Amino acid sequence: MTQRVAAAPLPQPAKRGRSVDLPQTGWVKARERLAWLLVAPSVLVVALVALYPLFQSVRLSFTNARFGSARPVQYVGVDNYVRLFNDNTFISALGHTVTFTVVSVAIETVLGIVIALIINSNFTGRGVVRTSMLIPWAIPTVVSSQLWRFMYNQDNGVINDVLVNRLGVLSSPVAWIANATTSLPAIIAVDVWKTTPFMALLLLAGLQIIPGDVYEASTIDGANKWQQFWQITLPLLKPALLVALIFRTLDAFRVFDVVFVLKGAALDTITLAIYARQTMIDEQWLGRGSAASVVIFLCIALLVIVYSRLVRVEET
Amino acid sequence: MPQYDSSSSPLGRLVAESLTGQISRREIMRRGMALGLSAPVIGMIISAQTRNAMAQEATPAGQEPGWSIVVPEGLRTDLNGARVRAVIAPAADPDRPWQEAAIRKFNEATGAAAEFVPGEQSATDRLATYNQQLGAQSPDNDVYQIDIIWPGIVAQHAVDLSPALSELATLHFPALVENNTVNGALVGMPWYTDAGLLYYRSDLLEEYGFENPPETWAELEEQAQAIQDGESADNSSFRGFVWQGNAYEGLTCDALEWQFSNGGGRIIEPDGTITVNNPQAIAAFERARGWVGTISPEDVTTFDEPLSLNAFAPGNAAFMRNWPYAYSVTQAPDSPLVGKVGVTQLPMGDGEGATHAATLGGWQLMVSKYSPNQEAAIEFVKYMCSPELEKSFTIERSHSPTIGSVYDDPEVVETQEFLARLKPVFEGGAVARPSTVTADLYNSASIAYHTRVNQVLTGQTDAAAAAAEIEAELQDIMSELGY
Repeated sequence: MTQRVAAAPLPQPAKRGRSVDLPQTGWVKARERLAWLLVAPSVLVVALVALYPLFQSVRLSFTNARFGSARPVQYVGVDNYVRLFNDNTFISALGHTVTFTVVSVAIETVLGIVIALIINSNFTGRGVVRTSMLIPWAIPTVVSSQLWRFMYNQDNGVINDVLVNRLGVLSSPVAWIANATTSLPAIIAVDVWKTTPFMALLLLAGLQIIPGDVYEASTIDGANKWQQFWQITLPLLKPALLVALIFRTLDAFRVFDVVFVLKGAALDTITLAIYARQTMIDEQWLGRGSAASVVIFLCIALLVIVYSRLVRVEET
Repeated sequence: MPQYDSSSSPLGRLVAESLTGQISRREIMRRGMALGLSAPVIGMIISAQTRNAMAQEATPAGQEPGWSIVVPEGLRTDLNGARVRAVIAPAADPDRPWQEAAIRKFNEATGAAAEFVPGEQSATDRLATYNQQLGAQSPDNDVYQIDIIWPGIVAQHAVDLSPALSELATLHFPALVENNTVNGALVGMPWYTDAGLLYYRSDLLEEYGFENPPETWAELEEQAQAIQDGESADNSSFRGFVWQGNAYEGLTCDALEWQFSNGGGRIIEPDGTITVNNPQAIAAFERARGWVGTISPEDVTTFDEPLSLNAFAPGNAAFMRNWPYAYSVTQAPDSPLVGKVGVTQLPMGDGEGATHAATLGGWQLMVSKYSPNQEAAIEFVKYMCSPELEKSFTIERSHSPTIGSVYDDPEVVETQEFLARLKPVFEGGAVARPSTVTADLYNSASIAYHTRVNQVLTGQTDAAAAAAEIEAELQDIMSELGY
């Protein structure tokens, strides 16, 4: 039986921007100035490498610049953005990217939790399993996509061979990548294969932080495994889960290599990053391509804001 | 402007040494990581090394590359160490030893200091790099090898070769010279050419009682179906006809052949008229759609040249549409198809204006407007695109020359009999893609075309709707160009 213990009053939260309230003596001010000076070089590098190209992209998105052309550049206002949202290919790309992100991250999270729970327990060969589990993640995406391309081959691929000839599950071989209905699911499957180990490892780290005595206490209180999972494991795993989700969602939203290797710029699976690259490099529309890139950036910024709100809510 | 130079940067040294096989894979990975390269990039360097090693083994032993080069008469000898940096092949290209030998002989004959500058492997990447360098008006490279569809894109950066080389231009195939002429200026001198061909299994045709390869698409369908029905009893992955159906530039080539051979036009005519939304072109697309899943595997809509060759070369297809390079692959000593492969013109369609069609490929040499050594560079182009050098290139490296007289040369006929027979293809039904009329918007036009044709092939839209959409997009593009 639990008893509510009268909690001592919490200390006042610190004023925004300072971790500790210090008296404003000259010595403290000098320390602050020094701190800024020491940080300045890094800030400068970040500004040059990250902020300047971003600024250029945004600036170019309002022009009709062309890649590799000596033609004079003019500002065209929001024309590029209007064009973007009137372009069916862009809308398809947006749809495919969102579908890919939602489905692949959902599957990877669920599978990741399951696998993390399994390898968190003690069994012989646990070390070997943990190491070998990383192999899909370690193989470069371009290389593993080519492997899967061969496996998915309609006539010679091993997947059709197993499903049709050995197991008899399908009556005739399916063209997994060529067929417009199965192509996106097939690509999602490749991404799940590659990234689930990564999720599992992040979640495993989160699991190992949970102290064992919490489980002991709950067992004494009569909780079964299912209750333990939902009421202890999952809530305590939330920080690690959110970090993993942030990583994966941002990565999935910018997906390029697996889709490009398997299907190129085909319209049934085109993603935002492929669309941006095609517009900017192949079609040489630097301005329009920059607009597409800015849209990707804004979507990701939105996701980051949403996620960090969730993380902050968790911390209070 | 940062310049890729194989001798100066650590990255350049890493790539150069890995390609010549001087360092082991472990060493590549170690140095790659030290340089901060990402895993995919390291993987690509390693795979390029493997490809290069394999390519080097494929060149016939015993003959020094460049043994057949005869230096043409009349070259200038007063070039006095002028530098000519020529980006004329990918870094790991099997032609590279011949190129370097040719450059050496040029330097001996003229006193210049020409050098081979390696380019990217994929044509799309090369164009991106060229755009970067030329867009920045870089004086670093003097001669560029350009694809047949790029003259319109790079014309603004090219020296007009007609004042200096008009006499040489008359020797080359007119269709190519015309393709390379933008607003009256000769942007690139033709160097070697390519055209789409129909490969067929002569042994299977004989076995199934077909005396001649098909003349029309209808005949091809009949022959392919018969052979596929017969062969698939023993070989479940045997297919009648393989070609390039992926949504990329290769599909533009194949689809242009279908519609042009059916009298449907060139997509965009040289005067700017759009010829894609007409009954003959639509019928051509519908016919191709009919092949997918019947005489061609459903996968064919993801095939590029290597994948279609992958189906044909081990003997799993009766017909293949591909470029001339595939022939030597099928006749390699360890190939199961030695002596069993025939090559002919692609079939024609039916109806008015039907003809044999072959999309033109091939490469040309251009001189950069920003080069500080234009005279030496022009002399280099004159040397490389001369009948003597093209003959040697054909004999040693099996490339199709762009000069008609080379095809009739007895030595060429003797050593490259297959290529010698191709002359009628280049002179007759060869059709160029509408790259010159669309200038630097060609890629947009090609993307509009091949993505929609790919959708027709996968059954996502019907041919008539797709043709109308293509026409609408092309109209947008042409109006941007002022038509």
